[in-house]
Amino acid sequence: MGNSKINKLSDGIEDSLFEFADFDDSKAELTGYSNYSYWHSTVRVFMQSKIAVLFLILMMSLLIFTTIQPYLPKQKSPTKIYIDGNTNMQLRNHPPDFEFWFGTNSIGQDLWARIWSGTRTSLLIGFLVGFWEAIIGIIVGALWGYVRQLESIITEIYNVLDNIPTTVVLILLTYIMKPSVSTMVFAMCMTGWLGMARFVRNQIIIIRDREYNLASRCLGTPISRIIFKNLLPYLVSVIMLRMALAIPAAIGSEVFLTYIGLGLPKSIPSLGNLVNEGRGVMMVPSLRYQLIFPAIALSLITISFYVIGNVFADAADPRNHV
Amino acid sequence: MLKYTLKRLFQSLVTLFIVLTVVFLLMRLMPEEGYFGEGYEKLDVAQREAILTSMGLRDPLAIQLKNFYASLLKGDLGTSIIYRPKVPVAEILKTKIPYSIRFGLAAMIISLVLGISLGISMARSKNRFWDKLGTGYIVFINAVPAAVYYLFIQLYVTDIFNLKILYHPKIPSSWILPVASMSLGGIASYAMWIRRYMVDELNKDYVKLAKAKGLKNKSIMVKHVLRNAFVPMAQYLPSSLLYTISGSIYIESLYSIPGMGGLLVDAIQRQDNPLVQALVLIYSSIGIIGLFLGDILMVTLDPRITLEKKEGAR
Repeated sequence: MGNSKINKLSDGIEDSLFEFADFDDSKAELTGYSNYSYWHSTVRVFMQSKIAVLFLILMMSLLIFTTIQPYLPKQKSPTKIYIDGNTNMQLRNHPPDFEFWFGTNSIGQDLWARIWSGTRTSLLIGFLVGFWEAIIGIIVGALWGYVRQLESIITEIYNVLDNIPTTVVLILLTYIMKPSVSTMVFAMCMTGWLGMARFVRNQIIIIRDREYNLASRCLGTPISRIIFKNLLPYLVSVIMLRMALAIPAAIGSEVFLTYIGLGLPKSIPSLGNLVNEGRGVMMVPSLRYQLIFPAIALSLITISFYVIGNVFADAADPRNHV
Repeated sequence: MLKYTLKRLFQSLVTLFIVLTVVFLLMRLMPEEGYFGEGYEKLDVAQREAILTSMGLRDPLAIQLKNFYASLLKGDLGTSIIYRPKVPVAEILKTKIPYSIRFGLAAMIISLVLGISLGISMARSKNRFWDKLGTGYIVFINAVPAAVYYLFIQLYVTDIFNLKILYHPKIPSSWILPVASMSLGGIASYAMWIRRYMVDELNKDYVKLAKAKGLKNKSIMVKHVLRNAFVPMAQYLPSSLLYTISGSIYIESLYSIPGMGGLLVDAIQRQDNPLVQALVLIYSSIGIIGLFLGDILMVTLDPRITLEKKEGAR
């Protein structure tokens, strides 16, 4: 039985497989060539997710619309109080109609204009916080991970700051300083960069002693070049993710601070202010639109940033490019 | 192990000491009105100074700090000045903490049970309907600020099921919504964690071996994968258990539960400095103790982890 199998196998082998092949220059080139480009592949992987593309389109249109909205015709001022022509009173709680698309609030301001103005404020806070968190986090994280003399000092500072609850820091800072957009950004940055720094530090510790870095160091590459050319490109995806997620988080913190009464002054419309105003009148069913419209706008923005950030981080990870 | 525990305990105490000192110094930056009850305006400068001196607030900082720690070691948290005048802080906390712990514990148990089962069923139906539905839920809960969906739950769910809109100690059904809303976030994070871990883990060799041995899917999941997935979660369990003391600001104010949630904000807004100081102290110690207990629990659950070696990695 065994014999017959071996016979069959040896029958199947072609002699041509054992001849010497000629070396072909052009064929050798073909296998070595790759048209791989990092950003090209990132975009391609990103586009594979239909939901992400949908949210990207939604977010782009929201961003464009919030920027150009004040310059469009027939837009109302977000802070002007409208007066009812018949009674000469403030046009309070006017339900949505053709004149006031989203109605007016309890002192007669146009809710449509206020929502877009609030979106601008909240997005501004979100972008600033994300930007500063990334900058501080990367610098501190890179030093923390790469410069060994600083390690124990920064670790102790981190432990102390990390152990004071975020809520406490936010409340104390906004309480000690005057309420304004910059106060809020500062308070959020004070707590936000910690996570980023720790993450960057852990990643850098993992890759700092890999062979290619060792080789670089032996060849005398300056530290700044090692950090910027060898280490940080590895972190692009996570840094982008953190920045994208910092925006919904900042908007959430703004809502929270406004909720507990330490938010922006009422004269500056923000999504937190609007939700809070809506909460004030939500027990009257006919006035619930004042809560629902800002809540929808806010959820759309935070969800789009969250989804796009996550999908982009996956797409920017070279391991997913195969 | 014992040596390491003692060393960690000592380190935690040092960190706690630094945090408390920083908070104490921060509190000195707060406005001085916080040390007077009503009638701050009626006092002239000399009287104010006299009161502040009698409270020891004009002493050099080092002596103030020494007194603060001395009374703290005796278990004295100070006396509230404005929130509830002349009542010891410990007394105020005693009435409030039980509410927060009860609600927090109930929410934590529900979110652990539901979150883990949701995570498991998501991992088992990867990229099919349940997984997508669950992912949608997780994205929504993580992205939308809690205040927004809490408000809508309170508004519409009370209508639909005809529940009380506010908490009432005598009506058990008024527990349902606060606890349910509080567990939403926990469910999402536990489910996300379990799912991610299980999907990674299912491709590993020991799972393949267990399958090849002919173990049932269910027992692989529960006995092998879940036990491994639970270890990293164990680090956060003591913290979240301890943090139930602090209550939920949103939920407790929305349903008017007399718990700890809004106390800090209230105390800050009314500038009741001793109360603020005591609360910040409690919350910071919770964080540090929770981290310590979490590490210990993790080592106990998983004998492969030795903290001594990767101390710097944390």
